[in-house]
Amino acid sequence: MSFVNLAFLVPLFPLIGSIINGFFGLKIGKDRVSWVACTGPVLSFIVTLVLFAGTLFHTAGTPYPEQSLFTWISAGNFHVDFGFQIDPLSLVMMMVVTGVGSIIHIYSIGYMHEEYSYYRYFAYLNLFLFSMLLLVMGNNFLVMFIGWEGVGVCSYFLIGYYFEKKSACDAGVKAFVVNRVGDFAFLLGIFGIFKMFGTIDFTEVMLAAPTTLIYNSEAATLITLALFVGATGKSAQIPLYTWLPDAMEGPTPVSALIHAATMVTAGVYMVVRCSALFNLAPLTMMIIALVGGGTALFAATIGCTQWDIKRVLAYSTVSQIGYMFLACGVGAYTAAIFHLVTHAFFKACLFLGSGSVIHGMHHEQDIRKMGGLKDHFPITYVTFLVSTIAIAGIFPFSGFFSKDEILYHALMDGNVIYWGMGISGAFITAFYMFRLVFLTFHGPSNVDPHVHPHESPKVMTLPLIILAFLALTGGLLGIPLIHGWHILHNWLEPVLAFDLETALHASERMLAEHGHHTSFAEVLHKAQHTSHNIWLEITLMVFSVGVALAGIATAWFFYIKRPELPGKLVKGQWGFNLVENKYYVDELYDETIVKPIVKGSDMLWKQADVRGVDGAVNGVAWVISFLSKIASSFQSGFVRNYALIMVVGFIFLMIVSQMEF
Amino acid sequence: MVPLSHYLILSATLFSIGVLGVLIRRNAIVVFMCVEIMLNAVNISLIAFDRYLNQHDGQIFSFMVMCVAAAEVSVGLAIVISLFRNKATVNLDELNLMKW
Repeated sequence: MSFVNLAFLVPLFPLIGSIINGFFGLKIGKDRVSWVACTGPVLSFIVTLVLFAGTLFHTAGTPYPEQSLFTWISAGNFHVDFGFQIDPLSLVMMMVVTGVGSIIHIYSIGYMHEEYSYYRYFAYLNLFLFSMLLLVMGNNFLVMFIGWEGVGVCSYFLIGYYFEKKSACDAGVKAFVVNRVGDFAFLLGIFGIFKMFGTIDFTEVMLAAPTTLIYNSEAATLITLALFVGATGKSAQIPLYTWLPDAMEGPTPVSALIHAATMVTAGVYMVVRCSALFNLAPLTMMIIALVGGGTALFAATIGCTQWDIKRVLAYSTVSQIGYMFLACGVGAYTAAIFHLVTHAFFKACLFLGSGSVIHGMHHEQDIRKMGGLKDHFPITYVTFLVSTIAIAGIFPFSGFFSKDEILYHALMDGNVIYWGMGISGAFITAFYMFRLVFLTFHGPSNVDPHVHPHESPKVMTLPLIILAFLALTGGLLGIPLIHGWHILHNWLEPVLAFDLETALHASERMLAEHGHHTSFAEVLHKAQHTSHNIWLEITLMVFSVGVALAGIATAWFFYIKRPELPGKLVKGQWGFNLVENKYYVDELYDETIVKPIVKGSDMLWKQADVRGVDGAVNGVAWVISFLSKIASSFQSGFVRNYALIMVVGFIFLMIVSQMEF
Repeated sequence: MVPLSHYLILSATLFSIGVLGVLIRRNAIVVFMCVEIMLNAVNISLIAFDRYLNQHDGQIFSFMVMCVAAAEVSVGLAIVISLFRNKATVNLDELNLMKW
């Protein structure tokens, strides 16, 4: 039996946990609910490690194993297996999802212990993990899409977990509807792929891509663009990012797991998974890089003006995912996945740290009402600080390695504009993250005297310590400069390998068959002559650490040295108001999209539905009842009337039968 | 010899009287009697044809009709009696129980 046959166990454990907790959670009590909920992810993690160990011995050059559970759909030449793919890329994602997922499940035991519907929370959380694992493990677009929708639904459930609160319900609906827009585009992309390739199996599509799609053709651009729009919905990029900050209405561990570490990175995973397609669409790549870089910068600026501890982190997440897309856009897929992994560590740690603070402050989230908390929360403070340094990109914390790799590739494979967006985003990131740290943990205390802050129990601090350790050391996965030491790069190489030369020659041949003679020699020449420049890389590293330190120093100056200064500086500045109100994007969407739709729906309801549909149904009923009334008048109940009718009818028949026709 | 048509005219006349009686009269007993008249009108035509065609099926048929009439009368009178017990009337215009 091959080890890959264990693959189905990975999503199965959380599913079982979800079913047990969902149906019997209230009866079995909180303790057993916790056990059931946390055992599933941990077991999944162990199985993932087994799969990982098995894949280590994989023979190079042979296709990676897949487990097909059953034929799902078979209609004509459309054939879909319900199968799982175990290759380096999905393994990285599975380890992040189950590993960070397990840690966050354990943390949730402490964070949620006062909740009445404890079991409901864990049932959803397990269900989310199941869907997320389907998403990353599926061996074709349809299984991935099921997971894609599943995580969307679970995200909706968990954002609206506090459903008594109107704002939480609205946020859930907003997240769901905005995601729908992206999902629609994703579906269109899948349809396009089926149309072009006749299959939606990842391996087959990626193998056939260079000989099916013409480089820079409309088909390649449209398909990849549709896929990317799908990714912007799930991964909260411009223009579909507005749901993520609102999603902070959910419980904090949910924000950590779904809205920072795993689900929102699904878009990045999808783009990397389809890298063979994206490599053929340079126009899409440019759009991805611009959207990613733009989002990284744009969201970072908003992060500087928010007062809600979780919202700052939410905008930070949007911004960091922007970096991942920037990396995808310049073709540095390894860097994107690298940043995805390190981001999962430090951002989960940051969210859980903020959850620890919120928990200890009795659900206070406004950083203006915090300050000086580092003595009350020693463990939380240290872990939070480690992760903040990591996200700011200071050597040797994990964020430094991943972010610098992205910036380096943005400059080398992209251009100076991408790099400029990235580096200015990095400055702002360092600034607003340290602003958060200083306002929360340092300075004078602004804590409400009725609130007694206290450090969280061990079940919450232990996950923080683990994640902080990972945030500190995660960078070792991708040591730059020295050839062969970039473990992640070597690991992902077989999945991401793409022979541009062959693809371009194939495109030239296909074009020639249609009578167009185009030469892609220039593209090829350019791609082959981007060399690895060690000294440039070192210079960039030093520069970006300097930029990060400058950001930290600025934050220190404004919020420790001269805390009264920021208030004075920004007072009455229209630019600041613009940023503080999140560039009025929500209001813009509200006016241009939401309101017309609501108005149109209102009209459809009152005119088309009430008058048209209901009118037709009621009209039919009225006509039938009118005719019945006429018919029923024959039934008088007098026997002699019936007899008379019979006689009259008989006479009538006799007359008719005698008539000559 | 009396021709067949005379019998048939008599039969038809009696039948029509019966039909009219059923339709016009209100007393359930009289309606019953009219039904009997109709049956016997049919009997006359059956016998007349029997003789005319020199076959004997008609007589057998008329016996059948008499048997049915006797059975019908016994059931019908029982219904009329139970109606009278419930409603204290046999006026058909006051009996419209067959309407829902």
